Formats: sequence, C-alpha cells, structure tokens
Amino acid sequence: MLELKNICKTFYPGTVNERIALDDVSLTLNDGDFVTIIGGNGAGKSTLLNMVSGTLPVDDGQVIIDGVDITHYPEHKRAKFLGRVFQDPMTGTAASMGIDENLALALRRGKRRGLGWGITKKERASYVEKLSEFGLGLESRITAKVGLLSGGQRQVLTLLMATLKEPKLLLLDEHTAALDPKTAKLVLEATDKIIKESGLTTMMITHNMNDAITYGNRLIMMMDGKIIYDVAGEEKKNLTVPDLLAKFGKGFANDRMMLSGNE
Amino acid sequence: MEFLISMYNSLPGVAAEGLFYGIFALGVYITYKILDVADLTVDGSIVTGCAVTTVCILYGVNPLVAVFIAFIAGMLAGALTGFFHTVLKIPAILAGILSQFSLYTINMIIMGAQAYLEKDGTNRAPIPMSPTAYASISKFPLIVSSRDKEGAAIVGFIFVVAIIALLYWFFGTEFGCSLRATGANSKMARAQGINTNFATVFGLMFSNGFVALAGGLLAQFTGGSNITFGAGAIVIGLASVVIGEVLHGAIFKKGSNFAVKLAFVVIGSLIYSLIKRVVINIGLDTNFLKLISAVIVAAFLSAPNLKGNKVHKKKKGA
Repeated sequence: MLELKNICKTFYPGTVNERIALDDVSLTLNDGDFVTIIGGNGAGKSTLLNMVSGTLPVDDGQVIIDGVDITHYPEHKRAKFLGRVFQDPMTGTAASMGIDENLALALRRGKRRGLGWGITKKERASYVEKLSEFGLGLESRITAKVGLLSGGQRQVLTLLMATLKEPKLLLLDEHTAALDPKTAKLVLEATDKIIKESGLTTMMITHNMNDAITYGNRLIMMMDGKIIYDVAGEEKKNLTVPDLLAKFGKGFANDRMMLSGNE
Repeated sequence: MEFLISMYNSLPGVAAEGLFYGIFALGVYITYKILDVADLTVDGSIVTGCAVTTVCILYGVNPLVAVFIAFIAGMLAGALTGFFHTVLKIPAILAGILSQFSLYTINMIIMGAQAYLEKDGTNRAPIPMSPTAYASISKFPLIVSSRDKEGAAIVGFIFVVAIIALLYWFFGTEFGCSLRATGANSKMARAQGINTNFATVFGLMFSNGFVALAGGLLAQFTGGSNITFGAGAIVIGLASVVIGEVLHGAIFKKGSNFAVKLAFVVIGSLIYSLIKRVVINIGLDTNFLKLISAVIVAAFLSAPNLKGNKVHKKKKGA
C-alpha cells in the first residue's frame, strides 16, 4: 500500500540551526492498516506525514503508493491518493465558502475540473444525508458559510471531505489536538467509525497515548527522526500506558503526553 | 441651480464612464476579492488595453474586435505577473509592481507602432516614444464615443450585463470553484488536488483581460490613448469594489447572490464617477481627485472596523 524507502529530511542544512528531522526512515503499510504515531516534540511525526502528502519535498528516499512512485509528484497531484485532516480546524476548509461547496470541492479531488457545474442538486442531497449521520445539525444549514462553524464542526466536515472520495491513504495530523476533550472524543469516534466502515488505510498522529493504544491495529513510536518502536496485532492490543513509559523511560514523553496518559 | 443643471447634463457621460470603469473594477474584484491577491498590474494593463485598441483601430480593425484583442493583450499582461509570482516566487504585490513597471515601456512600444497608412497611401510618421505621446482615434468608426454619451452608456450597460453573466457562470463551474478555493484557503485547495499555481495564474490573466477590455472601451470613449492615464487606476478599482461592498452589506444584511455582489461593484464604480463629476462641476481642480479618492477608499475600508470598535467599547462600559 504505502512504502517509504530510506526517507531523509534535514531542515536548514549547513547552518547552525541544522536539524535532522527524518533519519533514513523506512516504513511499509499494508492495506487496511490503521497506524497510530506517537513521539515527543520534534520527533519527526509531522515531517513524516508531510513527506507523504508532498507539503515538503524529501531530501532523499522514495514514497510509493500502490506501486506508483510519487516522490516527485507535487502536492496537488498526490491529493488524488490522499485524504488529509490537519491539526488546525481552520486549515482543512474554506471559511468563505458554503458547507456544500467545500464538500463539492472534495468530491472532485483527483478529477479534472472542467466547465461543468461546480455543484449539482443531486450531490447536495447526498451531502445532507451524509452530514446527518454525525448528529451535529450541519445537515439543516448545508449552504451556510463554513466560517460560521465551530472548530469541532469544521473538523468533522474536514474528515468527511477527506473521506468523501475514498482515499487510498488517510492522513490525520493530531486532528483532535485543538479541540476541547468532549469534542475531541466525538471527532475521534467519528473518525474510527469511518475508517472501520471503509477499511481505510490510515496514519494518525496523536499526543494521547491512550488514544494511540485504543485506536488502530498498529502503533509506531518516533524519536529523533527515527522509528524506535513498531508494534501491531495482539501485542499492540495488550499494550498499556505504563508499559510504554517503562519501555522508553520518561525521556521521550513531553508533559502533554504525560497529562493525557494519566486521564 | 446652475450646478444642478450641469450635473443633470453630465449624467449620461457619468453613466458611460462609470460603466466602463465598472468593467475595470470587476477585473480588480477577481484578484482582490476572489483570489485574495492585491494585483497592481492593472495600472499598466488598463493602458495596454488602451494602446492595443488604439493601434488596432488606426490599422483599420473593427472597433469591437479591437477590444477583444485588448482583452487578450491584458491576459498576457496578467500571465507576466503570474509568472513572476508563481514560477519566480516573487510576492504578489511586488510581482504586480514589476509587471506594471515593465508594461510602461511595453505600452510605449505598442503606442510607437502607430505608424500607419493614411487613406491616400502616404505613410504617417510613428508616434514618438514619449510619456506625453497621444494618439487620436476620434475620426475612426468606434463602438463608443463621447460624441454620443447616451449610446455609449447603453453599450457599456450591455457589456456589463454580459460580463456579469459570464463571471456568474464561470465561478459556478468546477474550474471556477477551484479558483475561489485557491483564494479562500490555498492549503485546503492543494489538499483537494487543486493546482493553486495554475489557478492563480489563470485568475490574474482573466482579471487583467477585463481590465484591458475596459481600457479599450475607455480609449474609444475618450477618443484616444496616452501612456499616463493608468497611473493610480488601482485606487479607482478598489474604491468601486469597497463602495459597492459596503453598500451591498447595508442593503442585503443576510448576504445575497454572487451576481448581485458583482452588480454592486459596478454600482460602486458609478457612484465613484458621480463623485468625480461633482468635484469637477463645483470647479475644483481635478488634481484634487487623487487625494479625494484616497480619502473615499480609506473611509469605506475603515467604516466597518470603526463601527465594530464602538460596539466593543459599549459592551465594556456596561
């Protein structure tokens, strides 16, 4: 499904600020894998996702999705394969456009955009149906500007946009971190439901160790630009937060992770 | 009373000019409001439209065809800015200034190409490359002319209606929506597979096309073109957009249709033309107009912000 081969990325090379963000990282995801990624600040989690999405170019290595080498594809061309939800709820949606218009843009991901209508009556009806499943009341204000929605509502909308046209790979970059705990839980449950329904291959960064253990079938821990722990199946299911802490000491975890781990 | 009569008499001219500048303002609206780029190319491309139309007409091209050729020339000017901005990664404002700067020379070269054959077969001398060079086309057949201001206003109105219809349709298409998404949130647009660079370049081209078309109509209306008349045009465009927007916001509190918003841009331009005419008719030096324009734009841009402050203060007091 996704193959990352010897990915290297260094920020500010040749300067005093030089920082190795990814150090020869290789990773293979199987079809239907739901991987949670944890690690301290600067471990390279977000950079890893950015290498896949093409937001930043790789210094060295290969990114392959379903046998297609997309290492040199620009970001917009990779979008055909990817669904993305960002940490900041403002990033994933266009505030000045309607809920329906945002969804219509997402439905056309990976397709040529011609001079046909940007949105049709028929698809608007299908959006109403899809939105009503979340129970947020968005279905009754389908033409409202997205800027009027709350952070949680925008994040649910982004999630729906990311999965509306089934992506080969879903990338979630701490997509609940900016939300209050109650909303975060709601969004995370909606995420899990969507992933299970379509069996989506997913990479989810989280700072919450409990969530990392609860969700997904595989867990990856990163430190200093390397994957230092990769666990799946039964072994992952039986993992506990104290296990993780015992294994890697408290060094890797920042305060935020510690706090969320103690919930 | 005399003033009122003179105002009444100048209304057809005000309408015609306001409508032509309205087309220009619609071009500005595409970049400033939809693409979220302050494009300063327009000061140059409006003159490009003028110069191209003038030269075409001097060479005997049909005056209607001439403004469409101006449209294409404007698109090329926009492409230049797009190239500076997306390929060379120069910030949009600087890219626009660079284009505007280069267009000054390019426009002069176009104007210089006005050597043409008189009807008797003799070769006329080319217009010298100079900032004060002026070419007159008033003797040629034109689609709009200041000799028939009512007719010019009607032609202007037809153009405005056609262009608003075209824009309304275009920004409702899949491709048009991708331009809107690029302006609204480029990161999101790329995540949804939109080539934001292409969208930006196309938007700049489209916008400058209408700007040049407006320039072509203005050249015919005023009977010729000179190189300096575009200076500060962007302020007129912004004034129209902002006046239209504030007015629209006051009338349609719940928002409205995109076509209505576009119509208000043109209404903004008509109001601006009217203010300009008042300034001229009360006998003020037209050189005051630039200062007055700046005050108008500043007032309309700041009005919503200042209003917000007041509400805030009241709440604090209570």
